Amino acid sequence: MSVITRGFGGRRRDDADLPPGQYRTDDFPVLSAGPTPRIGLDKWELTVVTEIGERTTWSWPEFTALPADETTVDIHCVTHWSKFGTRWRGVSIDTLLADVESSAEYVVAHSYGGYTTNIPLEDLLDGQAWVAYEFDGEPLVPVHGGPARLLVPHLYFWKSAKWLRALELRLDDDPGFWETAGYHNYGDPWREQRYRAD
Amino acid sequence: MARAAIPGGLTWRPAIVAATRVETATARTLVLDVDGWTGHLPGQHIDVRLTAPDGYTAQRSYSISSAPEPGRLEVTVQAVTDGEVSPYLVDVAGPGDQLEIRGPLGGWFVRRPADPRPALLIGGGSGVAPLVSMVRAATAPTRLLYSTRSPSDELFRADLAAAAAADDARVAVTHVYTRVAPPGWPNPPRRLDADTLARVAWPHDANVVAFVCGPTAFVETVADLLVDTGHNPANIRTERFGPSRG
Repeated sequence: MSVITRGFGGRRRDDADLPPGQYRTDDFPVLSAGPTPRIGLDKWELTVVTEIGERTTWSWPEFTALPADETTVDIHCVTHWSKFGTRWRGVSIDTLLADVESSAEYVVAHSYGGYTTNIPLEDLLDGQAWVAYEFDGEPLVPVHGGPARLLVPHLYFWKSAKWLRALELRLDDDPGFWETAGYHNYGDPWREQRYRAD
Repeated sequence: MARAAIPGGLTWRPAIVAATRVETATARTLVLDVDGWTGHLPGQHIDVRLTAPDGYTAQRSYSISSAPEPGRLEVTVQAVTDGEVSPYLVDVAGPGDQLEIRGPLGGWFVRRPADPRPALLIGGGSGVAPLVSMVRAATAPTRLLYSTRSPSDELFRADLAAAAAADDARVAVTHVYTRVAPPGWPNPPRRLDADTLARVAWPHDANVVAFVCGPTAFVETVADLLVDTGHNPANIRTERFGPSRG
């Protein structure tokens, strides 16, 4: 702590649930790189593709017929806001991968619109991640990633790819959109892994 | 999709407030001197960290509004009601005060000086700040469409007037007022609509790159209008912020 800013007091809150460098917000800001894609539910598909190219694809009716979880989680954006107690409904990745044969260690999430992000497979398993399609009891709106988005609340929120189209299982890691633009490859908010060298 | 990488080893660096400029009643530009700063790409931002005497810290991100320059940069801050950091930066910070920054950050919402394509820049409210950096550094034809509520909310008034008045006519600036227009303004106040966009924008097939920055609803509307009028989504880059950028 070398630099003290004169006259800055701050509004401290005793928030043990707030990762370092974050502040708490009660609205739901939006961060994305381009126009919001609009995907009709009749055209929507979700695909899991393994390292040997085996594909499993769900249509919207098939996907929403899968067993779903309700989950309430805190989310943390690399742009410094955190939102507590967000309520989602979605299909856990464990359920999506239950019948998939793979020895992959990494996953690349692909979005409608071309966005990608990479995540170690173990971070998506054991009830840690979902493909979410409802927020706060309502269908997920396009601006927040609808029809369905990845939800990985223990990593910075850019890992929770909006407009999810496919999960690509891989033997090797393949950095995604922000990860190749200098953001951290893993993105743990509690270790403040915002940028590559953090 | 070419992107600028963030340099490795992004450490916090001391920054000294060299000067401040009043933009509006609730917004101010801070001129920061930073040892070893080598400049930025227009559109990039910095993280700012303030530390209270007891060690409490707060961080926020702010777009850089100045042209790239070694050793110095400017951020333009709109005070957010009940914000924690922005009211300090707008109302309290003064010449000689120290804070910390790191950056430049962001490798997507950037306008490279060497990019020869015409640039259509569309900003809402304080979302105009990174676009003004692009205007100041413009070498290719650049059109800025700037939507504000009223003249009293207008940032960079003198700078934008000067850029638009330059002899080479490289930069054109069009204002849209959504609540209160200046006296004698030809159009009643209204939100940015398809007609205005069509008047200002180049045709979508002109290989234009568009940068849209502002509040979420503004960016959504404008990006959808651009897509609806045939612009390639891949050539539309957006940066959005909610009302909570305290």
